[in-house]
Amino acid sequence: MTSNEARLAAIRGGGPARRHNARTIAALTGNPGCTRRAVLDGAGVDKPALAERIGFPARFGQSRFAITRGNAFEAQVKADGGTELLRLVAERLGVPVPDSATWTDLGGADDLPDRRDRSRAALTADGSGAALFDHPLLALDVGGRRVHLEPDLVAARLAGRFHVVEIKSFPVIDGQADPAKVSAAAIQSAVYVLALRDLLAAAGRDAELVSHEVVLVCPRDFANQPVASLVDVRKQLLVLRRQLDRMARLDTLLATVPADFTADPTADPAALRAALSRVEARYAPECLAACELAYFCRHEAGGHTAVLGRPVREALGGVASVAEVLALAAGEHAPDPEREEAAALLRAAARLRADALTGDAA
Amino acid sequence: MSTLRALAKAQALAAGRAQPVATVRHLHLAQRPLVLVPLTLAGEANAPLAVLVGAAPKRARLLIVPQPRNRDQRFAFAAELAGILLDHLDGFRAVTEAVPVDRGRDVRHRYADAPQLLVPNPAGVTFLRLFGRSTRFRRPDGEYPVHPSVPLLGRWLTFFAERAEQPGSSALLAMTDALTLHWATGQSAVEDLHLPALLGWIDPPPGLTGARAAARAEDPSVCPPAGPATDPGFDNDVLAPAMARYAEATDEAARVEAYAELEGLLRDQLAPTWELMWRGVGLLRSLPAGARVAVRWDGDKDAFTGYAEHVDAGGGPQPRRDGAVAAAQRLHRLERAAASYAVQRAYDDPLVMAEHRLAGEAFVGMVTLADPKRVDDSGKRPVLRPRVQVVTTEPVAVPVGATLWSPARPGQKARVVFVTPGDGKTEVVVELSGGMGRGLTAPPGTVPEVGERVCLTTLSDGYLPVATFPAVDETPWTHGGPPAEVDPA
Repeated sequence: MTSNEARLAAIRGGGPARRHNARTIAALTGNPGCTRRAVLDGAGVDKPALAERIGFPARFGQSRFAITRGNAFEAQVKADGGTELLRLVAERLGVPVPDSATWTDLGGADDLPDRRDRSRAALTADGSGAALFDHPLLALDVGGRRVHLEPDLVAARLAGRFHVVEIKSFPVIDGQADPAKVSAAAIQSAVYVLALRDLLAAAGRDAELVSHEVVLVCPRDFANQPVASLVDVRKQLLVLRRQLDRMARLDTLLATVPADFTADPTADPAALRAALSRVEARYAPECLAACELAYFCRHEAGGHTAVLGRPVREALGGVASVAEVLALAAGEHAPDPEREEAAALLRAAARLRADALTGDAA
Repeated sequence: MSTLRALAKAQALAAGRAQPVATVRHLHLAQRPLVLVPLTLAGEANAPLAVLVGAAPKRARLLIVPQPRNRDQRFAFAAELAGILLDHLDGFRAVTEAVPVDRGRDVRHRYADAPQLLVPNPAGVTFLRLFGRSTRFRRPDGEYPVHPSVPLLGRWLTFFAERAEQPGSSALLAMTDALTLHWATGQSAVEDLHLPALLGWIDPPPGLTGARAAARAEDPSVCPPAGPATDPGFDNDVLAPAMARYAEATDEAARVEAYAELEGLLRDQLAPTWELMWRGVGLLRSLPAGARVAVRWDGDKDAFTGYAEHVDAGGGPQPRRDGAVAAAQRLHRLERAAASYAVQRAYDDPLVMAEHRLAGEAFVGMVTLADPKRVDDSGKRPVLRPRVQVVTTEPVAVPVGATLWSPARPGQKARVVFVTPGDGKTEVVVELSGGMGRGLTAPPGTVPEVGERVCLTTLSDGYLPVATFPAVDETPWTHGGPPAEVDPA
């Protein structure tokens, strides 16, 4: 065990490192500037338990109706050996629909090493015929550790190229879907593209065999008829790669963290809160939808313009504290030279606002 | 986000209470708005679960779908909602008013008032839009017949959802949008989408700060979400077992009992939002309406009249997607509406104008010299061109030759003749034209007098010319050429 690993183990407490999945990896790209999050996720801390322990439980429930619906749709699309799926994907990609394709289910028994080997063998085997691979076991290096991904996903090999096929149960109505859901699906698919590319590259094959265009299969309109759409994930791949590289340099991040820092979810809550406050966070309202610790960070950031959102903070000249914004606006103290422009704008804004509110305007 | 609004948010955070960002109400509020609080079933494509609907706080009607995946039940729900909505719309079709057209040489008639729909949040507007989409193409005959009112409901819901896209329209409003237009809270825009939290900031219960009230409103067990999405905990622990009991009921008595249970628990989820909706209406009502709100509401009345006539004449449902020409026209219409709405709000409200002053698009100053009798006789015939000098302490970012307007005299142009920056203040001389009658003497009050405070701005509330677009069968090749025969589905 290296010293880094020992430190990460101390940070997460006694428990095993929490497993990542495409969703948690995708979430990592949300707020790349946040040290607290990079350290906690890098160490594999059980963040939901931690948030609960310090009195700011996360609210990421999933409705069982949504789960049922998702599973039912997936089963429907994958039924009859993937014939329908193959047709949908081939037509969307504009390649001739093959007469037949092999269907390899790489899921099954929970014997990890075996599944990993089977996935690697199947995906890197020679052959360019049409093939669909269900439940491949993929892996990615996250924060210096190998993370296994068990996607409910199909890798389709068509015309010699691999395409990630993601089946989602949100509807595409008149060619349009909920943009937030599409972008979440895109970044998750990008995780799979990256992992699949790593797998091929490790086997000495060309990583570019995996297309950056992923196929999203969703129900069409208000019925259950599946429809395939192409999503270009090049941008997401760049963002992911950058964030993963950053996490790979965890030791640089750890250098900024106090040596005795721990986020062990069994520790005393007050001590945990104190410990967390010594690791810098960069809270933004977007965190609420992505990070289990967001409610704690929001509470901690009270009195800062960050809680109002990035556009507000920018409009306030980037001044971090609300008290300072108001002091500058009131002209209470002379600003630093680099704050002069912001201060002048705030003073003008305060004067105009007061003017208009007292009715003293034309 | 303007710095002025951002400052209001900072002040709200410091004060623990929302701060006003408008001094007048910028939207129309109907006497009897039809409030709708919808819920959908998680995971499904806009499948309605329940709606609480009514035009008065004490007149809430609850409609539910005990098995939202069941198509027949969904369309039965649609027919029931159609009954309520179409009835409400019909209430506005008894009285018409005459509007002069063609410079008073003729009149046309429109309904004297129009219906208004209120939902809790933008997601509620999306729900209505998609529910309109899923019902307007249904047919009362054929393979899967529905009640004849269902496609009609779909067209009207689509009509309202399209109006909601038009800036300045009040036909369908999301309460969170309506409130944040007038108040700035100490939380982010994302959190403002949660109606209970937003109202917690604007009108906190006694003894609580806005921040505390908003935090309390985030707990779904204390304060159910304002829809259309339900709380997952409620789905898993309460709704799913109750739905299962309904589905498994073997006799009529058990079914009636299970239905009543579902009604009860869905009402419990909806009732708090219903109360908040009417509290929001009350808060908005406490503000006086802006001077140009009525003009914009006239536009909603025109649109309502026009669509009612379209439906009466047997016109078809709105297409799934606009063709190229229709899309360009719609975009143009929305852009004009957005431009005019922004100007009108600034003209109506000094607090909104202050944002433009901060941005250098307007300034306020004192008239120090005025020559109301000045006549320009350099042209073919003499014209009245008074000049006034305005002294302002605000930065003046307009060049000589620019044309300015004043909200106090919207029909009058002021051309900038001289700009003389001085010590901490600027002298601006403008030449006035228009809004002073036809003679060579300006009637009293039409020219600002010495000592008057005036606001001069580059924003003009004048008529925006309508662009011309080709006919559909002359769609240029750059836009795909004339469309093939339209699919009547």
